[in-house]
Amino acid sequence: MKKPSDSQVDGKRRRLLTAATTGMGLAGTAGMLVPFAGSMTPSARARAAGAPVEVDISGIAPGKQITVEWRGKPVWIIGRSEDSLAALDSLDRLLADPASKAGQQPDYARNPHRSIRRDVLVLVGICTHLGCSPKFRPEFADAKEGAFLCACHGSRFDLAGRVYRNVPAPTNLVVPPHRYLSENVLVIGEDGEAA
Amino acid sequence: MNKTQNKSKIMQWIDARFPASKVFREHLSEYYAPKNFNFWYYFGSIALVLLVLQIITGVLLAMNYKPDAESAFASIEYIMRDVWGGWFIRYMHSTGASFFFIVVYLHMFRGLLYGSYRSPRELLWIFGMVIYVAMMMTAFFGYLLPWGQMSYWGAQVIVNLFDTIPLIGPALSEWIRGDYVISDITLNRFYALHYLVPFLLAGLVFLHIVSLHKVGSNNPDGIEIKKGKKGNKWDPRAPADGIPFHPYYTVKDTFGIAVFLLVFFAVVFFAPEMGGYFIEQPNFEPANPLKTPEHIAPVWYFTPYYAILRAVPSFAGTQVWGVLAMFASLAVFFFLPWLDRSPARSMRYKAWPCRAALGLFTLSFLVLGYLGTLPPTPGRTFAAQFFTLVYFAYFLLMPYYSKQGRVKTPPDRVTG
Repeated sequence: MKKPSDSQVDGKRRRLLTAATTGMGLAGTAGMLVPFAGSMTPSARARAAGAPVEVDISGIAPGKQITVEWRGKPVWIIGRSEDSLAALDSLDRLLADPASKAGQQPDYARNPHRSIRRDVLVLVGICTHLGCSPKFRPEFADAKEGAFLCACHGSRFDLAGRVYRNVPAPTNLVVPPHRYLSENVLVIGEDGEAA
Repeated sequence: MNKTQNKSKIMQWIDARFPASKVFREHLSEYYAPKNFNFWYYFGSIALVLLVLQIITGVLLAMNYKPDAESAFASIEYIMRDVWGGWFIRYMHSTGASFFFIVVYLHMFRGLLYGSYRSPRELLWIFGMVIYVAMMMTAFFGYLLPWGQMSYWGAQVIVNLFDTIPLIGPALSEWIRGDYVISDITLNRFYALHYLVPFLLAGLVFLHIVSLHKVGSNNPDGIEIKKGKKGNKWDPRAPADGIPFHPYYTVKDTFGIAVFLLVFFAVVFFAPEMGGYFIEQPNFEPANPLKTPEHIAPVWYFTPYYAILRAVPSFAGTQVWGVLAMFASLAVFFFLPWLDRSPARSMRYKAWPCRAALGLFTLSFLVLGYLGTLPPTPGRTFAAQFFTLVYFAYFLLMPYYSKQGRVKTPPDRVTG
């Protein structure tokens, strides 16, 4: 094949071809990142293990706590008496978000008691600061000390899982999606019509 | 002089195919380093020894360790009790991790003291900082592997930091874990990464040394020996204040390494847990995702950054600010070469504001490190906030204060 002399080289066309080739090569390489990064997302098994959990709550009573595991996180089911619920209203000025404005709960739990049933509270037992698991202290249920204390960094929450002011945790405890199959059977991890 | 004259047949055969003699000359026997290296110059070579020791002990541990949530904790106990010398290998590895950080902190302090990050050593400093970040990653991945309570909850806290990033946060932390919580899947991938990063680290160390040998070592006087008088007893063109790295500094470093190993093995044999600072007490309990330890603290070498994280309060409904401050406290180190405007390079000749600032910075790093190991109280949080400000002031005010005060004139030739 005859080699073109320098004057015959179309520099513009050569640069365009080089740029197009490089661009295609980079696009292909970038496409390769999809399976690489994708293989690190939760697998089908991890997703299946994160499926909803059914709980029998017939044994619940005021001051009682049932802990179940959902997606590897502790989920609390807390029994509350009417007296301790009445005391919640007096705490508003101590709380950072008494009206649950931040999206830490499904809409059906955006109410003063943050639950579907008044006497049963369902919470993810993980502090919204850095993921420790707070302690339930029924003896402080209607007091200023807070019904839940996170021992890691001192965050406090009331009996509706609402965060106090001036603690490290920025938001209320999370209410997971949940629904009642019947009066005493609760499903955690699945939304449903408010009972 | 004809360099091939004294060479054996074997060396001639090798040199025709691989530049062995050339590399030896250029980087050891005819690499001229300043003759006034002092105590602070031991830590680079000691860090290299520790990297090699960590890789050797790590590979040996990997032969008996199982990266599986069901059996990880038990496999560590198996190494400690049933593997011949397993306890020794493991304590060398766990103590080695802490000593690696001690030695690298001293090595970095040397850089701050003598201005070793200043032009033309900016890239050398940046490679060093990347090494430091890679070390932190390796240490973080490795700490999960024993699958103890502190392994588990420490990783939980650190991975949740990414959760606070707006929009992509939750998806990102899920991607890092490969699950909705720290789990078997997370352990498995952290093991893979813990094995990978040290080899990247070794590559970075190579780049660090290549750039060091390109620009030449700094020294306690902070003056360039390459710009000074020429001619020493080995070479009329070499810097007058330089001596061949081999045998002079290979011998000096060997002595330093021997003394270091005495201290190191005293800890390995007599205090491998170092009162809960090198191996934290809750880590003798297997990981339990449903029970948080009373107090979560990272291992001591992360605590200054942890204290900064906790010092920044949450506002506007998010605590991403503390996370940003923590990453910023690491990122500012990278900009140091451009922040220092002092006419002198070494603390020996810098003016008093620079000396005072380095003293205050060192104090704040130590105090933050101590506060980071303790549970927070309002008083401690206030102290952490104060020292976080001192920490950042050291860097951010440096362009101003480094130009203040009277600088002593550095000598033309290195002093003792």
